[in-house]
Amino acid sequence: MSSLYQVLSPTGELVGDLKGQLDEATMIKMYENMVLVRQFDRKSINLQRQGRMGTYAPFEGQEASQVGSAMALTPGDWLFPTYRDHAAAIVHGQTMARVFLYWMGHMEGSISPKHLHIMPPCVPIATQMVHAVGTAWASKLQSEKHVSIAYFGDGASSEGDFHEALNFAGVFQTPTIFFCQNNGFAISVPFSQQSASKTIAQRSAAYDIPGIRIDGNDIFAVWLTMKEAMQRALEGKGPTLIEAVTFRYGAHTTADDPKKYRDQESLSEEWRQERDPLQRVRVYLENQGLWNETKEADLIARVNEQIDAALVEAESYPKSKPEDMFKHVYAEPSWMATEQESELVKPSKQEGIPA
Amino acid sequence: MKRKLTMIQAITEATDQKLADDSRIMLLGEDIGVNGGVFRATEDLIHKYGPDRVVDTPLAEAGIIGAAIGLAMNGKIPVVEIQFLAFIYPGFEQIVSHAARMRYRTRGQYHVPMVIRTPYGAGIRGPELHSESVETFFAHVPGLKVVAPSTPYDAKGLLIAAMEDPDPVIFLEPTKLYRAFKQEVPEEMYRVPIGKAKVVQEGSDVSIFAWGAMLRVAEDAAKQIERENGLSCEIIDLRTLYPLDRDTIIASVKKTGRAVVVHEAHKTAGLGAEIISIINDEALIYMKAPVKRITGFDVPVPQFSIEDDYLPTTERVKDGIMETATF
Repeated sequence: MSSLYQVLSPTGELVGDLKGQLDEATMIKMYENMVLVRQFDRKSINLQRQGRMGTYAPFEGQEASQVGSAMALTPGDWLFPTYRDHAAAIVHGQTMARVFLYWMGHMEGSISPKHLHIMPPCVPIATQMVHAVGTAWASKLQSEKHVSIAYFGDGASSEGDFHEALNFAGVFQTPTIFFCQNNGFAISVPFSQQSASKTIAQRSAAYDIPGIRIDGNDIFAVWLTMKEAMQRALEGKGPTLIEAVTFRYGAHTTADDPKKYRDQESLSEEWRQERDPLQRVRVYLENQGLWNETKEADLIARVNEQIDAALVEAESYPKSKPEDMFKHVYAEPSWMATEQESELVKPSKQEGIPA
Repeated sequence: MKRKLTMIQAITEATDQKLADDSRIMLLGEDIGVNGGVFRATEDLIHKYGPDRVVDTPLAEAGIIGAAIGLAMNGKIPVVEIQFLAFIYPGFEQIVSHAARMRYRTRGQYHVPMVIRTPYGAGIRGPELHSESVETFFAHVPGLKVVAPSTPYDAKGLLIAAMEDPDPVIFLEPTKLYRAFKQEVPEEMYRVPIGKAKVVQEGSDVSIFAWGAMLRVAEDAAKQIERENGLSCEIIDLRTLYPLDRDTIIASVKKTGRAVVVHEAHKTAGLGAEIISIINDEALIYMKAPVKRITGFDVPVPQFSIEDDYLPTTERVKDGIMETATF
């Protein structure tokens, strides 16, 4: 097992160099964001259990990877999430209400805030990685100083599109960051059965691009690694593959039961106790005199209020109309769509017959 | 001075003119740069526009099409060449899951203005998987437009229209017709509208619907039938396979009351079935006979020792016409 780049140990001690880049305000913001998205994730699972939301893909345990990477981005950058990367999307500026809407089955949940390039969650595996090569390539050709980041999991590294994306990015030196959250399982299949290679980061050697394996539960390491990758990309030095080693405490989705494929409770408990991404930052901040119980309580109250407000917004969103499905298929609707739409909204023949 | 071009020359000219006209256009594909494409559709364009706009890519169809989607979302208009239609399969997921759906998924925030050009069809004595005609795959997917010209004039006008279309267009080029004949093609840029069929020949007894290389087979059959049996055939070149030009189809069968569809794609679930369905919906009472389909068979396109037996022949089309005429 090759070593992991780590800056903040699980016990909250600095074990690496901050390189003068991480100020206290940023550290506090990191912690606050991680708490926000963890609360959001837990709320979402509850909503699904209550039948107020459809199937949902939780990310608890992966907050440092998602929050740290997204916090390193700037507004013009392009973000390609999977269905598990709502935390990254929220941190980059997606509203929580939109994320709720997406999982409540509204097509409008995929709309990115204006002036941000946040793509809809990608459901097929690894396909979005090639898009991130394309947008980054266009940025480069148009001399725009923006990177594209593609999120993906360990399972995606087995797909052809993973290899085609890395190969293209290497050949055309696109400013793309391939950000893998290796959480150890592709639904039920462990990484040892996913790939004979020891790490995902080592795959970068085949494409002659930098690859780095980091502690994905160490937000300082994630952020510093991202900053370096972004700098390299913006200097025209091409793509980077980052493997952030992490773990999802919960199921693949709310429709999945992980007890069938791993010792869910003890494994998750071990990660929670020994490697949790939030805990170590909190301990560090407390040791620096930057955090305390009162601040924690205030923060929890504040984020819950934000989440509740987003939920109210999402749940009061106008119900989608059946005819909405005909919109945005083409720039101009085809005659078939126009006709089929009128068939759909035509009042039934029964109506209008007097009782 | 009037000049005549082959279809491949017309395609090159359309591409060249759009590259000059719109700096957002860029070409991507295997061997399209220095080599000018396996059929020479992009000959010399790399020398004129440079390797940033005429890009020799790695051999990876998902990579090419997927990267083109990203390029299209971020300000470019990629024109992709896939060497043969059956080689598109590795990129199929990118076409149907992403190119076709991006506008829909983002509720109009992002769209994918791109063209995927690819030779298709049999009759060139190609090896295995060089002769497929699977246009139905694409015509079945909402969000795509599917175009198949049958003449140099239409190829130029439709390709320019495709490159100006805001939606992804699958542009199927009948390989057999690339160099089969020359036709007068205007030098200036012009557009043939996507979604409009063309009445190639007016007639009163039977309507024949065809596209791509089958158009010529339909024309031959019609000519012979007229000479031998005095039947007057109306020939319609559909040109666009999605969306189909229903009005032209219906207007024709209302006039003739008989129809034959000719396509080299497999029969089952081929576009012929869709055309018959449109006729059933809109013009059944005008019909004097069931619509006849003359198609390729439900077998993989065979290798070339029996390729001609797979393809609809003039004889088979003539038999079909006579069957509807004498029903």
